[in-house]
Amino acid sequence: MTASATVAPSRTTTTRKRKSSGVRASSLSAGLASWLIGIIFFIPVAWMVLTSFHSESDAGTNPPKFGAPLTLDGYREFFGSGTGQSPWPALINSATASVVSTLLVLGLSIPAAYALSIKPVRKWTDVMFFFLSTKLLPPVAGLLPLYLFAQNAGLLDNIWLLVVLYTSMNLPIAVWMMRSFLVEIPPAILEAAAIDGAGLINIMRKIIAPIALPGIAATALICFIFSWNEMLFARVLTGVLAETGPVFLTSFVTSQGLFLAKVCAAATAVSLPVLIAGFAAQDKLVQGLSLGAVK
Amino acid sequence: MTTTAATSVNAPTSEVRIRHSQKGQWKRRAPLLPALIFLIIVTQLPFVATLVISFMRWNALDPNNKGFAGIDNYRTVFTDPTLRSSVITTVVLTVTVVLVSLAIGFAVALLLNQSFIGRGIVRTMMIAPFLIVPVAAALLFKHGIYNPTYGLLNGSITSLWDLFGAKNPPQPDWIGSHPKIMVEVELIWQWTPFMMLILLAGLQSRDGEIMEAALVDGANPWQMFRNITLPHMRQYLELGGLLGSIFIVQNFDSVFTITSGGLGTANLPYTIYQTFFSAHDYGLASAQGVVVVAGSIVIATFALRVVSSLFVEEEAGR
Repeated sequence: MTASATVAPSRTTTTRKRKSSGVRASSLSAGLASWLIGIIFFIPVAWMVLTSFHSESDAGTNPPKFGAPLTLDGYREFFGSGTGQSPWPALINSATASVVSTLLVLGLSIPAAYALSIKPVRKWTDVMFFFLSTKLLPPVAGLLPLYLFAQNAGLLDNIWLLVVLYTSMNLPIAVWMMRSFLVEIPPAILEAAAIDGAGLINIMRKIIAPIALPGIAATALICFIFSWNEMLFARVLTGVLAETGPVFLTSFVTSQGLFLAKVCAAATAVSLPVLIAGFAAQDKLVQGLSLGAVK
Repeated sequence: MTTTAATSVNAPTSEVRIRHSQKGQWKRRAPLLPALIFLIIVTQLPFVATLVISFMRWNALDPNNKGFAGIDNYRTVFTDPTLRSSVITTVVLTVTVVLVSLAIGFAVALLLNQSFIGRGIVRTMMIAPFLIVPVAAALLFKHGIYNPTYGLLNGSITSLWDLFGAKNPPQPDWIGSHPKIMVEVELIWQWTPFMMLILLAGLQSRDGEIMEAALVDGANPWQMFRNITLPHMRQYLELGGLLGSIFIVQNFDSVFTITSGGLGTANLPYTIYQTFFSAHDYGLASAQGVVVVAGSIVIATFALRVVSSLFVEEEAGR
């Protein structure tokens, strides 16, 4: 590796020249192929959004009417104009569960990541892998005891139970992500602060937080997405009061007659926060999804 | 090489420091404890309870007949044919979805690694499927795409037939005739972006100097792919495959929404949900849960090994 590194600088100019002519043709076909695949993958999303703005009678046609007049009827239906069943309580529950659990995750994971990176405890790698291993076990296996516990403790259909569960679901991801961000902070700054007599809380607030802020934001967005998407726990452990957005979606389809526009409007509306969060965190998405293993 | 040097220098001093201050160690551990204790209580205790209940005779519909069952539940787990088929379904579903989305994801990552007009737009379009709420995506595919009378697939076939003036376009019942494939296609659509993102990050971490040296030495694109890119990408392919397996083994939303577990598509999470929620057989559901956990541990061991090798490499490179 070192050999190629030392030789390379003299060669780079020649390679760059040789590249330009041949690369252009191959990148044109690569571009066309990418566009084609990208469009194929995007069609269902585009179709969902388009149909959500069509009337039920236009949405239910075969062949499809792509150019049918646009209307907000689907969204009006979703927001309860016909059935009187408003999605707002469910959406507010989802927001509560996602936002509060994300804040809790940050509160727990940032100090933990500190103890795993900046001032690492002994055997910190073992601790890291313990966190990760909890993420590898299927949640469905713990569902029944959680249900029985909730039943006995009177916590069934209570949004705070989901807050706790979503916190535990995302905590390992957040610890791994946060550690990968904190490790980047130059130790010299922290040492200087410690010499000046700054305590742990002050160091966290005044030095670590500002530097790690983009990382914290990315972690928060990923945790938010996973909580917002979750359905199995929400379905089993909630009923009428604590129902979340995804559970509301599944109950929404049972109606008779034409409902495609309404379903598409509902799917679009419920996915919107995730789409916004995901595109905002696009660059950090992969790091979060691979638990910080890939940058 | 730098790491070994660093550790050999650091080791004695840290040893001394540890012996000197046991108190200092606890001070170091303190920020870690809330997260650790919280996670142990919320995720480990339920598994212990599951293990205990799995040895019990306990059906919520027959509450008086509750007691120790020995290994009866496990005997049922391993002899019940519907359960065995759900194990097979889970394996087939996971392997198919992971392999196909890895293959497409790799192809797209290779394409996106070139420069062309609108690369950012294509990347954004490719990520979009992953950002649709899973239940919403499953509903969209079930009603908006697969539905035989007004779904996009059959609608497009009709449009195509009309275009050429043909009559009686075929209108297959997609879910009815190929339930498993339809669930798989929906999941592949959602998970390809995930694979693509990991693999693209892998491609971008290739050593540019090695690539240029190979180019200068007259390597053709295939040789470069075969001898440089593929060995480098191996760990990223493994990482994507294993993380994907973990998420897809646990899949509940798609099976629940698209087929309601019917037509032979019931996977293990769905079956456990049914045993617990519809049959109310708590003992059996727990035994199923324990078996799933045992299976996951096998996958997890491999996953941990892959993640730790990437992890160690990153730390060494630091």
